[in-house]
Amino acid sequence: MSFLNHLINGISLGSIYAIIALGYTMVYGIAKMLNFAHGDVIMVGGYMCFCATTYLGWPPIAGVLLAVVVCTVLGVVIERLAYKPLRMAPSLAVLITAIGVSYFLQNAALLIWGSSTKSFTSVVGGDPIQLFGGQLTITRVTIVTVLACVVIMVALTLFTGKSKMGTAMRAVSEDKGAAQLMGINVNTTISLTFAIGSGLAAIAGVLLCSAYPTLLPTTGSMPGIKAFTAAVFGGIGSIPGALLGGILLGVIEIFAKAYISTQLSDAIVFAVLIIVLLVKPDGLLGKHVSEKV
Amino acid sequence: MQKLKKYAASRSGRDTLLSFGIVIVAFVVVQALVLTGSISSSMKGLLVPICAYIIMAVSLNLTVGILGELSLGHAGFMSVGAFSGIVVTTSLADTVPSGVVRLILAIIVGAICAAIAGVIVGVPVLRLKGDYLAIVTLAFGEIIKNIINVLYIGKDASGLHFSILEQKFQLADGGKMIINGPMGVSGVSKLSSFTWGFVLILITLFIILNLINSRSGRAIMAVRDNKIAADSIGISTTHYKLMAFVISAAFAGMAGALYAMNYSTITAAKFDFNTSILILVFVVLGGLGNIWGSIIAATLLTLLPELLRAVNSYRMLIYAILLIAMMLFNNSSLKARLLEKRGMKQMEKLEKNEKEGA
Repeated sequence: MSFLNHLINGISLGSIYAIIALGYTMVYGIAKMLNFAHGDVIMVGGYMCFCATTYLGWPPIAGVLLAVVVCTVLGVVIERLAYKPLRMAPSLAVLITAIGVSYFLQNAALLIWGSSTKSFTSVVGGDPIQLFGGQLTITRVTIVTVLACVVIMVALTLFTGKSKMGTAMRAVSEDKGAAQLMGINVNTTISLTFAIGSGLAAIAGVLLCSAYPTLLPTTGSMPGIKAFTAAVFGGIGSIPGALLGGILLGVIEIFAKAYISTQLSDAIVFAVLIIVLLVKPDGLLGKHVSEKV
Repeated sequence: MQKLKKYAASRSGRDTLLSFGIVIVAFVVVQALVLTGSISSSMKGLLVPICAYIIMAVSLNLTVGILGELSLGHAGFMSVGAFSGIVVTTSLADTVPSGVVRLILAIIVGAICAAIAGVIVGVPVLRLKGDYLAIVTLAFGEIIKNIINVLYIGKDASGLHFSILEQKFQLADGGKMIINGPMGVSGVSKLSSFTWGFVLILITLFIILNLINSRSGRAIMAVRDNKIAADSIGISTTHYKLMAFVISAAFAGMAGALYAMNYSTITAAKFDFNTSILILVFVVLGGLGNIWGSIIAATLLTLLPELLRAVNSYRMLIYAILLIAMMLFNNSSLKARLLEKRGMKQMEKLEKNEKEGA
């Protein structure tokens, strides 16, 4: 039974990674940039929800909504101020700017909320569900997390596959110049992608803090890096890849913690990533682009 | 003399002489300031870290600027160098009394161990491309940090003992713990000094600048500019990629040993992803492939938080804003226009000189 318990915990953590990785992958697909500030948007989402529920006494759902709205706006503002002027710049310049934004968000959070750990009250109340006479416990947060992940995944697939904006998004990610010639507003499309990615980061932040209830200005950085790894694992730029990579990474991490070593779990996760990339250099579901001479 | 003049007139020669000149002048000035006592003690504490960061930045520039591959795990090699160096100095403390000899040995062993780590990491990593390569170097950096974090090394009468499990680790009576897992190392004898840092910078510059201007250096740059073209004219791309990567790792190990010997306690967590990023920021701000740019950026950005101490709680925030602003300015049309203006002025000057000459 402990195996099943670990598996469920792994899928729950993996779903959070998957939601963050979806944001990473969409932004990468369209802007071809590694948005290192993404992890810190998660942290902002967590703090927003914390403030709304703890300080203002709002109901949890209002807290989640506030987090999503604030992060969406934040994502768009960051893109407009910091990344848009660098659209023609070399990718390393954009990467360093993203790191600057990440430092900025962390230190702003440090100034506003201080360095003490805030204990986050879960947005999903209620007792855990007991199965098989108490041998298997599933917290309600786990169920909500997995459901949220599935819903987001289906919604995003439908959005990018069927809607007009989604089609525009795919067009921009394939060829910016050609998309512009077809009358697609590239700037709006990129802003929309950042908005969706940051909104997802807010949801991930709230779920992450509900499952692991400590909140610090650096809360987002490690999950951010792991989710980035998950996105690469599944093939960066691919939406099903982000889901698969996220879930696999979460399950591997929890199993490594449970059966091998707590301290070495991160090393094991990264070692699996390296092995996968050596066998499949474009990730599990990534498209192989052959080089033209 | 004629030869030197000719060398100084060439572009690479000018850069080389400029780099050495800047470093030597800076060393003399700082030494003078230290001797006259006009440097605060917190600044003095930064001298060795600055030297280590300069070596880190110059060596990372070899990978990122000259070889053109983004590495996000450079601190991992620094960590390997730091801890292997500490094992050497602590275990030789009784047999080799001279601190200088032990420091030199630590730096050499640190460089060799980091180079070996560089080969182990480089062989698989360099098969990948672009962002995938970046993420795998990040992964290796984290793995190195994690492994050192659970490493227990001690020394007793029967020799050195290694273990990654605390409960299995036992030393004979009178044995000495060197690396104590996540607690890291404590009680290191401070062997590094600013003068040693300066000597190491000169050695690093000498080797790396010569490498860049050599046949191998040109081959490495050819791989960066166009791998397929380089392949087709018979350059062994794997060989040169690995060469640049391993040399870069070796210097990072050297810097790590220098850095570690400056503190009495040090843990593996010190060399994490954020340190790798910090070094990368030096390289990018200094200019890719520009060695003396790396030196200046490493110095200024290490001093910046110290200079901003007056606005203590806001200093990292200001650092972040400055970083973003510098990146935006570097790539803005404003800078392009300023450069254009300078070019126009120079043109006018030349024209004027020509007219006067005629």
